[in-house]
Amino acid sequence: MTHLQLKDVSFTYPDGTSAVEHLSLDVPSGQRVAIIGQNGAGKTTAVKLMNGLLRPTSGDVLVGDWDTKTKTTAQISRKVGYVFQNPDDQIFHNEVMSEVRFGPKNMGFDEEKTEEITNWAMDLCGVSEYADENPYNMPYSTRKFVTIASVIAMDPDIIILDEPTAGQDKIGLALLSTLLSELEKLGKTVITITHDMEFVTEHFERIIVMANRRVIADDKAANIFYQHDILEESMLKPPAVARMASLLGLPNGILHKEELVDYLKQQLLLGGNV
Amino acid sequence: MTPIIQLDNVSYSYPVSEDWILKNVSLDIKKGSFVSIVGNNGSGKTTLCNILRGFIPHFHKGDLEGAIKLDGTDMSEYQLGQLGEKIGFVFQNPFTQISGVKDTVFEEVAYGLENLGVPVEDIYERVEEVLSLVKIQNLREKNPFELSGGQRQRVALASIIVMDPDILVIDEPSSQLDPIGTEHVFEIIRLMKERGKTIILVEHKMDLVAEYSDELIVLDKGEVLIQGPTRDVLASDVFNKAQIQYPHVTEIALELQKQGVPLNFLPIRDSEITTCFENDRGNK
Ligand SMILES: Nc1ncnc2c1ncn2[C@@H]1O[C@H](COP(=O)(O)OP(=O)(O)OP(=O)(O)O)[C@@H](O)[C@H]1O
Ligand SMILES: Nc1ncnc2c1ncn2[C@@H]1O[C@H](COP(=O)(O)OP(=O)(O)OP(=O)(O)O)[C@@H](O)[C@H]1O
Ligand SMILES: [Mg+2]
Ligand SMILES: [Mg+2]
Repeated sequence: MTHLQLKDVSFTYPDGTSAVEHLSLDVPSGQRVAIIGQNGAGKTTAVKLMNGLLRPTSGDVLVGDWDTKTKTTAQISRKVGYVFQNPDDQIFHNEVMSEVRFGPKNMGFDEEKTEEITNWAMDLCGVSEYADENPYNMPYSTRKFVTIASVIAMDPDIIILDEPTAGQDKIGLALLSTLLSELEKLGKTVITITHDMEFVTEHFERIIVMANRRVIADDKAANIFYQHDILEESMLKPPAVARMASLLGLPNGILHKEELVDYLKQQLLLGGNV
Repeated sequence: MTPIIQLDNVSYSYPVSEDWILKNVSLDIKKGSFVSIVGNNGSGKTTLCNILRGFIPHFHKGDLEGAIKLDGTDMSEYQLGQLGEKIGFVFQNPFTQISGVKDTVFEEVAYGLENLGVPVEDIYERVEEVLSLVKIQNLREKNPFELSGGQRQRVALASIIVMDPDILVIDEPSSQLDPIGTEHVFEIIRLMKERGKTIILVEHKMDLVAEYSDELIVLDKGEVLIQGPTRDVLASDVFNKAQIQYPHVTEIALELQKQGVPLNFLPIRDSEITTCFENDRGNK
């Protein structure tokens, strides 16, 4: 089990762009966290710092009892798996099965474990039926699931998903939801970047909001989606349910579909008008 | 209105596919309309886009049946270059749209115009206008490969809009965008429609699809289930059966209806939540 800490981390790209400034974060082992916020806020940069793809310009990244300064990216990525925002940056085999098997094989798992975990990961990501297909001939949404499978097959303690909801239909989102619960049961830490506010509200207790290179909020959904200043600074909109509740002049705090349905049903069927 | 694109019984399979990917697709796109193609993952939306822009059969081979007409002329009679000028295509994956031969966002957006031989002063003006429309002026000097996902998606859109094509085929232009950026892209697309362009959009974000589109085409496993005005399609049984996400407001209203709450009408836009219930709870 692996505790993740960022201590006053800043990062500047070689072209001089400062992408992350004074980022401090603490993610206990086994937690499910969402990172949301405006385009270019520094979300992808922040998570690449967590798995060693990028190294802080200043500050420290601690993975368990490792100070990552003393570790190679290959070592860190065994504990912190990162699913790229763009699946095509990650896929390099022309068969789904070999793509997913590459990670566990490379980890040095024995043959039996490699087969077992490869199949488990493909099942969990709904891509088993495409095992022999070429990922490049698959729709974007399925390619994304192939990349998720290949990261979880390496069995890292911490899993980072960069925009897994992009371009997913209702069925794909439900699959992601199941995946999150399964990983949680296994005690994995899962950090998910997404622009889907409904998905965040339904699936995450802890939400980190980034804007302009910094974390501007780290809180529960109810404390974020009714805070206009936070939303405005981070180019976010409240989830649909909260938008409807406010159009109806309902009290603050309603965020979930069931809550709104129950509330309206009460008003309309039992209580008449408010 | 006259159709600018017409498909009559079109079926298609890629060279490697075992089955038809699109099956007997017939549809009409009216000139100047804003049509959204919706459908679940793998239903064939991107494939259909590639047919609408002539990339199939000009580039992808495979088996193609049926008739495809652009402005009344068979698609196969156009050259790929001609089609490129008439139809702008924004890729689903913005990471694949970048030319790879330009060092700055400005040059990237200018690239297509340069290839068309547009005079330099005009290029400069048009590119500046589009950079500010898409709100990426601040990225002007950045390398197109050194951008965030959402920034790349904006550059991809800008580099097509700048070409000023009559028809825009746009495959999930907001998948990497933050919520306000997404809304903004829909506003840009609406502006393009107001300028007389024909818009064909693929999108999963149904709240915005319902708000902005004139018509919907529903794809399911390679077949067109229904084409028609947005409101009619969303209210149809066919749509219900297709298991596609409804706009959230529609979903809420349908759930309440199921639980016995009577509706005045089926809402498809957020704002309609205040008037769609019979005892008009919004006007308290
Ligand atoms: N390789 C790079 N070189 C230089 N600058 C970069 C590079 N990658 C990203 N940037 C810049 O760093 C900033 C943060 O980018 P990052 O990709 O972390 O944003 P993000 O929050 O993930 O955004 P999005 O939601 O659009 O994916 C942006 O201004 C971007 O232009
Ligand atoms: N180049 C290709 N070669 C072979 N088959 C392909 C190719 N591109 C797509 N397909 C197949 O065609 C079908 C439809 O894919 P398409 O990409 O058109 O779906 P989509 O509706 O755009 O999905 P998504 O919502 O994920 O973008 C899928 O079964 C896919 O595997
Ligand atoms: Mg990103
Ligand atoms: Mg597609």
